[in-house]
Amino acid sequence: MDLLEYQGKQLFRAHGLAVSEGRAADTVEDAVAAADAIGYPVVVKAQVLIGGRGKAGGVKLASSAEEARQHASKILGMDIRGHTVHTLWIEHASEIASEYYAAVLLDRSAKQPLVMFSTEGGVEIEQIAKQTPERLIRHHVDYLEGLSRAESLQIATEGGAEEDVREGVADALLALYEVWRQEDATLAEINPLIVTPDRQVKALDAKVSLDGNALYRHPDHASLSDSRNEDPIERKAKEQGVQYVKLDGDIGILGNGAGLVMSTLDVVAQAGGKPANFLDAGGGSDAEKIKQAVEIILANDAVKAVLFNIFGGITRCDEVARGLIGAFEEMGPAISVPFVVRLDGTNDEDGRRLIEQAALPNVHPAKTMNEAAEKVVALAAAQSGRQV
Amino acid sequence: MSVLVDSSTRLAVAGITGREGSFHTLNNRRYGTNVVGGVTPGKGGQDVEGIPVFDSWAEAVAQTQPNTAMIFVPPRFAADSILEAADAGIELIVAITEGIPAHDELRVYNTLQRHREDGHRARLVGPNCPGILSPGKANVGIIPASFFKEGNVGVVSRSGTLTYQIGNEIAQAGFGNSTIVGIGGDPVPGSSFVDILQLFEQDDETELIVLSGEIGGSAEEEAADYIEQFVTKPVVAYIAGFTAPPGKQMGHAGAIVSGSSGTAAAKAEALEAKGVRVGRTPTEVAAIAVEMLGVAPQSRVL
Repeated sequence: MDLLEYQGKQLFRAHGLAVSEGRAADTVEDAVAAADAIGYPVVVKAQVLIGGRGKAGGVKLASSAEEARQHASKILGMDIRGHTVHTLWIEHASEIASEYYAAVLLDRSAKQPLVMFSTEGGVEIEQIAKQTPERLIRHHVDYLEGLSRAESLQIATEGGAEEDVREGVADALLALYEVWRQEDATLAEINPLIVTPDRQVKALDAKVSLDGNALYRHPDHASLSDSRNEDPIERKAKEQGVQYVKLDGDIGILGNGAGLVMSTLDVVAQAGGKPANFLDAGGGSDAEKIKQAVEIILANDAVKAVLFNIFGGITRCDEVARGLIGAFEEMGPAISVPFVVRLDGTNDEDGRRLIEQAALPNVHPAKTMNEAAEKVVALAAAQSGRQV
Repeated sequence: MSVLVDSSTRLAVAGITGREGSFHTLNNRRYGTNVVGGVTPGKGGQDVEGIPVFDSWAEAVAQTQPNTAMIFVPPRFAADSILEAADAGIELIVAITEGIPAHDELRVYNTLQRHREDGHRARLVGPNCPGILSPGKANVGIIPASFFKEGNVGVVSRSGTLTYQIGNEIAQAGFGNSTIVGIGGDPVPGSSFVDILQLFEQDDETELIVLSGEIGGSAEEEAADYIEQFVTKPVVAYIAGFTAPPGKQMGHAGAIVSGSSGTAAAKAEALEAKGVRVGRTPTEVAAIAVEMLGVAPQSRVL
């Protein structure tokens, strides 16, 4: 679960990391009121889960209420690389003497937390790593021991933090590590971590990803998920406990098991089609769950054909067939697109027979995964042709 | 031979009294796995169709001497159950549970590493994995064993159903498996591809290895380096997720392309650069495997 800047900053503040005073605002009026309360100059910042906000015009300095109003009305509703701005963060403008970079993340390869620090902040980490790799400190922490003050100070020193702020940077790194550890984050990044002319060390931005599997330990995290920034179909799927990711093609996909579904998307793409979604119906899906999944797939208007690719292990093919038949019974005429169904594995013969007997309109059986992919691509193409 | 589980396996199951836990435990027993006990705190003294249940791993070990643990408890209790099984001296722990927090997995992984440095031998496979099957010998987990038979192909995979898909196509061509190992789809798996490749390389029965990976992390790239240096047996690989968009988690917690790292294309390239053949579809993987194995054992008999 990725957090917006202002949500990340709330967590920073709670763990003792310095951030500027600020307020979130969803309307122009609220934004101006926030700016008035904070005192000018303020920065009006678009809250979206994507980088490059500044370049897109989503971060603006305002020295008066009038300017704050102008910027807020322009940025709210703005589209930044496919993300609509619903919320602004208004914060007191900071004077910047230096821009550093700091992050704590889960290094999957080392299977340890990784602390990264550089004095070359303000540009993307990929760029820092490429242009000045010698100035990027990478330090693995022993998860069982945690990050010590001595380690933190060593990172700041080796990274070349200016001498008078080394202690401050070490404190910031320790606080960032605590955000990462105590909040069950997979990433906690500050870019830039600034030094002000009066030598304060402060987080000017925040990028935090929390582990959705740890939500039970953090009931307060549930409120941080901003559903307005989610795709409505993905949101509905999540509420129903279905693993669904919307994609930009026109072939709906349902399979069981994450690996098999990913593989199905690839095979469809190789056959010349474009998948409209990832949907993992999961192990042991019953008819009811399959029916819900069909509704979710068809909620996407772009879908012109649907592929069911099931290899039954715990999942029984007859249950999948019953679910599909149930979906047709309930949705009936609302289903206007062809289905290709490939059932293999546990109870596959029963499943195929049930579908054959139900004589569902426009449902095509396929024997193999490759044959199913080719069929569904052809059907989707024919369907597009008809609509043109 | 086979790896990790076989007829000498003595299995005990944490979460044996749960619905899923009891269903799959009994399934494993029906397959021929020697199931000696179960652990559910507070339910010691009960039994599940004759399998004795204990309150703790220490008791289960003292009373029934299991050498393999299967973890079926809910995510919030799973990490402690794994560590308790390790403390009780169990050598192989297979964690099926899905949804364990990543930080718990870090704690488990690093604690087990420390145990190893102290001379303990506990090995964790999973979590969020389908388990381990050595056809004809033992099944520990949820792999539908009826699709597989004994043979010389070792399979190691991050995905369950994809393994069944590839394995079934190989089986239809007349080949069987030494062992199928699901290492799971989480960010911090207890065993990596490299750990299992090492076992297959040493296993007499295994003549060819199928490696099935997916987007996210760098385990496939590490496997490629390892294969080049240490694996003499032929390896055929598959990578799922070429069409996955960056930043989106594709079902498995670990299946996510982060920025430009962890892509399927990069993994396939890394493997191919080290001489590993990579099939573009599960069917192609099976076809390559069959081609490399030569004449099917069944045809040989005929």
